[in-house]
Amino acid sequence: MRVHIKRFSLDDEIKQESVTYELEAKEQTLLAILQEIKSTQDSSLSFTSSCRSSVCGSCAMRVNGVEVLACAYKPKDGDVVEPLKNMPVIRDLVVDMDKALTCNTKAAAFSSKNSKNIALSPDDEKVNELQSDCILCGSCYSACPVYESNENFIGPFALTRSWRYVSDKREQDVDQKIEAIQKDGIWDCTLCNECVPVCPQGIAPKQDIMMLRSKSGVMGHIDPNMFGGGLDFGTPTF
Amino acid sequence: MVDVLIVGAGGAGLVAALHAKASGASVKVICKSYPTRSQTCMAQGGINAALSHGDEDLVEIHAQDTLKSSQGLGSKEAIDMLCFNGVEAVEWLDRIGVPFSRTSDNKIAQRRLGGATHARACYAQDYTGLKILHTLYDQCNREGIEFCNERFLLNIMTQESDLHVSGVTALNIKTGEVESYEAKSVILATGGYSRLYDRHSTNATNSTGDGIAAALRAGAKLSDMEFVQFHPTALKNSSILISESARGAGGHLLDKNHKRFTDELAPRDKLSQAILKELEDGSGEVFLDIRHLGEKFIDEELPQERKLAKLYENIDPVNELIPIKPVAHYTMGGIEVDNSSQTALKGLFGVGECANHNVHGANRLGGNSLLELIVFGKQAGENAAKYAKESTFTCKSKRVFESDKKSIDALRDFEVEIDFYEKKRAIGELFYRYVGIKRNEKELLSALDEILKIKDELCKMGIRDKSQIYNTNLIEFLEFKNILEIGEVVINSAIKRKESRGAHFREDKPFQDDENFALHTIADNKSISFGGEI
Ligand SMILES: Cc1cc2nc3c(=O)[nH]c(=O)nc-3n(C[C@H](O)[C@H](O)[C@H](O)COP(=O)(O)OP(=O)(O)OC[C@H]3O[C@@H](n4cnc5c(N)ncnc54)[C@H](O)[C@@H]3O)c2cc1C
Ligand code: SF4
Ligand code: SF4
Repeated sequence: MRVHIKRFSLDDEIKQESVTYELEAKEQTLLAILQEIKSTQDSSLSFTSSCRSSVCGSCAMRVNGVEVLACAYKPKDGDVVEPLKNMPVIRDLVVDMDKALTCNTKAAAFSSKNSKNIALSPDDEKVNELQSDCILCGSCYSACPVYESNENFIGPFALTRSWRYVSDKREQDVDQKIEAIQKDGIWDCTLCNECVPVCPQGIAPKQDIMMLRSKSGVMGHIDPNMFGGGLDFGTPTF
Repeated sequence: MVDVLIVGAGGAGLVAALHAKASGASVKVICKSYPTRSQTCMAQGGINAALSHGDEDLVEIHAQDTLKSSQGLGSKEAIDMLCFNGVEAVEWLDRIGVPFSRTSDNKIAQRRLGGATHARACYAQDYTGLKILHTLYDQCNREGIEFCNERFLLNIMTQESDLHVSGVTALNIKTGEVESYEAKSVILATGGYSRLYDRHSTNATNSTGDGIAAALRAGAKLSDMEFVQFHPTALKNSSILISESARGAGGHLLDKNHKRFTDELAPRDKLSQAILKELEDGSGEVFLDIRHLGEKFIDEELPQERKLAKLYENIDPVNELIPIKPVAHYTMGGIEVDNSSQTALKGLFGVGECANHNVHGANRLGGNSLLELIVFGKQAGENAAKYAKESTFTCKSKRVFESDKKSIDALRDFEVEIDFYEKKRAIGELFYRYVGIKRNEKELLSALDEILKIKDELCKMGIRDKSQIYNTNLIEFLEFKNILEIGEVVINSAIKRKESRGAHFREDKPFQDDENFALHTIADNKSISFGGEI
């Protein structure tokens, strides 16, 4: 079996090249294959991993142009493996997530003031169960086309995280959170849906963005893109 | 210079950072990957606290269960501190937004884990650790805590004369440069060392005890390093954990003839021993059978397990047997700390799995380690802040920094003769066989021999990849060196403890010997002895 890996290095003269590795065909994950290559064929191949059970979000990358977790994907002969998009590549399959992660702070995606006196029912807790499953793997961020035109876009995972806290019944400071996502936030999303199928946790950031839009509308915020203002409940704008 | 520097951004590091900041200190956190990639995200089962909803649980009973499980090595004072603060810890997590599962009467839901007399593990579905870690991370963002990600701790800087900490050195993985981080106090929160067992461990691949090894080199003490908890049911090929709830719900353990051979609900250490016996005496096969629980139950209660069994073992537990084996899961030993979380070095604090607060003793109870992160994280954060405030100490010594720079540079122009990846795997196999679930003097001594041989050969090992930027070959080599240092301490401690207690089972000394060994094993960079109050 052969896999082609797009390699990139700031150290070497060759900046970017595709390298093909031959391996015995076995039933195993892409992560296991990368580890095998690193420890037996080429110790310079760089990638990150940690838990190998799809909860730490370290090994997101693209295979044939689609975001996957290397620990949850079984490669086929001829697969092309590349790093995530929209983040600076440091080396080979490793990208720098520092800037992307600042979006969480920009979106005020944290609990600000939780009331002690509001008890949650199992139904209340289910409201943001899925959103709080996010592992910050960055797949959705990589798939989002908005970054081509606005590198300051708060983006899918941070907006999902915002909705997680906004929808929490105990949160007493929703205004500040809604305020934080007006600029470079919910209205910049094109509702293209690219972030949805790539999420390994089955989260739909686009859906959460639509929820935030309607919450914003109720709170008096207006879609700046709409002539005369008003609410956009999400007709895709292809 | 910051007041408090925290190394490690798992649950322990983040809690310490939040409390140090709240105490008025300036805070910086460094970690070798990103905070949310820390192993804490892998915890599924829950976090213990005697909330006493529904059943008659009390903090005193929680403390009793914990003390009992520690088999004479737990400190009553520390355990009381852990358990009596448990309720407040969980309430704090709830307040900052951890989405704990709820009961139908709107209370935090709890389940019973092995060794507990009551249902006291609070959980968030199968994602307890993940949701706690991410919520803590979000709070750190709220507080504007500064993270320096992808910095690998190299050494702890001390002043030679009085073992006074002045910061750490770290390798910036992104640039390949050695950096020094000066601080008035330092908190180590770097996690455990289960990866000593290499592929025979449920842990994340980078749980290599780096902080513990650095503390040892700097002159701190380690204690009870021979105590490593094995989890009885991990997937055979990948060592991925199959949660206890599979057995709790009625799953069976089967031998090669598909017959049950043991009580599935026995404590972890006993069960691991029974399975190992079956693996060694039988055909080398043991299975977990959950077919009779039905697809609906499996999909609702064990969805991650089904997914991982399909992915890694190519079997579907709904209609097939799951091949399993016991593997290293949690390391009870660690950096010795006092009742303020301070180590033997002034200004150096330790918390989380890398430290030994004497709450788990010879055998940890499931759900107590997440609790430990919260309770002692607060203690460490507050005390480190207090220490920094009172400290007038400044150290300008570049000694450690210079020597680290030199040794990293030297690695970059060194010809490798022996492959360290091979040795890393060999150490894992060696430990699993001889320093694992059951031990005896003869095998321990031969394992020590092996380790010393590898240590001798270390000068022939190095990195093949010489590049500066993001050199994971270099990082894995540094982790390997830490593993080697810690491994030697673990074996020596296991040799010295000539008795059986909890996770340390010596087939040649099968009984607990309180007369001689109701003591902590204390190691420093020169020797190993027994001592310490319990
Ligand atoms: C599969 C699994 C399931 C578990 N389930 C439970 C459970 O249900 N309940 C329970 O109570 N416990 C459970 N545990 C145990 C518990 O998760 C851990 O003990 C706990 O999370 C350890 O937290 P920590 O903050 O001490 O370390 P970790 O979460 O391991 O974090 C260590 C941090 O240190 C950093 N670090 C390490 N080395 C360096 C270095 N050289 N330089 C810089 N930074 C470094 C890492 O990047 C990381 O940020 C489980 C463990 C596993 C593996
Ligand atoms: S739906 Fe919005 S957030 Fe998602 S990928 Fe499209 S533009 Fe980006
Ligand atoms: S929302 Fe999904 S794809 Fe995006 S970071 Fe979170 S887990 Fe990854």
